[in-house]
Amino acid sequence: MATADHQAELTRAGANINSSWSRFTYYVRRYPLGAAGALIVIAFVVIAIFAPFFATLDPTTTNARTSLAPPGGQHFLGADFMGRDMWSRIVYGARISLMVGIGSTVLGCFFGVIIGLLSGYYGGWLDLITQRFIDIMQALPLLVMALLMAASLGPSLENTIIAISIPIIPHVARVIRSNTLALREMPYVEAAKAVGMSETKIAFRHVLPNTIAPLIVLGTAQLGSAILTEASLSFLGLGVPEPHPSWGRMLSESAAEYVRTAPWLVIFPGIAISLAVFGTNLLGDAVRDILDPRQRS
Amino acid sequence: MTSTNAATAPAANPKAATPAEGALLTVQDLTTYFFTRQGLVKAVDGVSFELQRGETLAIVGESGCGKSITALSLMRLVPDPPGRILDKSRIVLDGVDVMKLDESAMRKVRGNDISMIFQEPMTSLNPVMTVGDQIAEVLLLHQGMTKAEATAKAVDMLRLVKIPTPEQRVREYPHQLSGGMRQRVMIAIAVACNPKVLIADEPTTALDVTIQAQILDLIVELQKKLGTAVILITHDLGVVAEAAQRVIVMYAGRKVEEASVEDLFGASLHPYTRGLLASIPRLDLIRGAEDTSPGRLQEIPGIVPALHDLPKGCAFAPRCTYADERCKAEYPAYEEKRPGHWAACWKSEIVAGGTNG
Repeated sequence: MATADHQAELTRAGANINSSWSRFTYYVRRYPLGAAGALIVIAFVVIAIFAPFFATLDPTTTNARTSLAPPGGQHFLGADFMGRDMWSRIVYGARISLMVGIGSTVLGCFFGVIIGLLSGYYGGWLDLITQRFIDIMQALPLLVMALLMAASLGPSLENTIIAISIPIIPHVARVIRSNTLALREMPYVEAAKAVGMSETKIAFRHVLPNTIAPLIVLGTAQLGSAILTEASLSFLGLGVPEPHPSWGRMLSESAAEYVRTAPWLVIFPGIAISLAVFGTNLLGDAVRDILDPRQRS
Repeated sequence: MTSTNAATAPAANPKAATPAEGALLTVQDLTTYFFTRQGLVKAVDGVSFELQRGETLAIVGESGCGKSITALSLMRLVPDPPGRILDKSRIVLDGVDVMKLDESAMRKVRGNDISMIFQEPMTSLNPVMTVGDQIAEVLLLHQGMTKAEATAKAVDMLRLVKIPTPEQRVREYPHQLSGGMRQRVMIAIAVACNPKVLIADEPTTALDVTIQAQILDLIVELQKKLGTAVILITHDLGVVAEAAQRVIVMYAGRKVEEASVEDLFGASLHPYTRGLLASIPRLDLIRGAEDTSPGRLQEIPGIVPALHDLPKGCAFAPRCTYADERCKAEYPAYEEKRPGHWAACWKSEIVAGGTNG
């Protein structure tokens, strides 16, 4: 992993470290792929927020006459078998994907951090029990775990977010725990004890803020996989239900029957999923390099 | 507060059954063991001493002699498990039996009545908090101040420890400060609540030589200004000579000698102390090398014995040039050999006969 000293490089390049613009351009030049990833993610976020402006038609209006219309004309990405505009559905689908992706990542990180922090800081039997429980959870692949949760919770937007967040918890808890194990031996933790601070306060005030960097790295990495899991769940019919347009379900509705006759029904949602995941992964990699905890003094 | 008072007063008798009046801190039979896989490690074994108000007491010894564990024991911060302070130990601070306090009461003592400066200024501050917040934290914890009052006091504290432009520094993060400045911040945190006892655990070891003197001067000056009693833990006898009035020499978890600085440097009664003193480079001896000294610093042969496997008799006997069969068989009694000068050595009279250094 790159352990570049950005501060030193910035100074060598003659840049004003305090100027956020020169800092920004430095990072863009240093991590072009990361910048591309950030651009893709920003584009998706903008499209999701301003979906009504980007959509040309209502994503849920059906029209028998335009059923399976090829790309071009009014439907420039074509229309599905119900005559719904593919472009508009993909635009609104970005909302669902990001909502589920960010929602489940935040939820999963929140609980993962609390479990990991307490488990790592207090250790002992609490640590033993939570870690064995996490072992069990991690024995199941992310998708299988999410499938299990989604199937037992029933299909709805909220339940999809919960279902995807649960398999994220053990990943986050593991990383935070291992960081906490190292951090609780730091002299400043002992110094905090020496001024009479309580253990819980030390855990949350002194240890937790020091785990933020790995948490951001992990969160960005999990975002991509959460989007992918949502698409997979919806593809399997367990994700976000109608009428929300979901990229995964758009694929599954069309894949079997229309992949030969109307390939645009499969290609465009597929591109949207790939791009979103690709973008978040590129961004995640760059963020990991920049925030790598080993380069911090 | 003068050294002679401290050394000659009966209060200096560390084995006294009842705490003498006026002693700020009385430690009796402090025993901290570590229960490890290698066996029982007697890190601190029956150490007793008293600390007077406003006094500076130095605890010296090699690495691993138990001086840092003594300090942690006084704060009751020995990691448990594996370590444990045995119940027979008594620590009385200003009339309060610290060993009998429960954990939450103990937390009120730490940082407020006893505070500590650590060896590693580079890592003893939290990298993600501003130094101002870290000073303010102690004040919020113990003094019931509001956030604004604590922040204002933090600026005052930085000024007290002579950090230039405190108003600006208070908002900076530890990585923006040099090692010496960080140690000043640590001192500011330690004295923020005006503690009765300040434990400085090798406060200058990690700093470069020019900064060491400044930090030491600062501690001495603050002590005079605030009237705090200081326990100075160090392996540097130069630091002892400069800052302390009374010295305890520890070896392998036990106290081997205790005296005023003048007595210890002038006529030490324990061969280990002699060895320590002989190993200090001295400019006058180097200059006059051809007539008196052998020109080479004297070392103490051998190494510190493993604490889980101490020899039966005197722990220093295997390295001691004076040692005989009795030393190897029987631990020497800790006795007052001269007024106010205690030592644990069978051969102290022979040692005293030889010249120092």
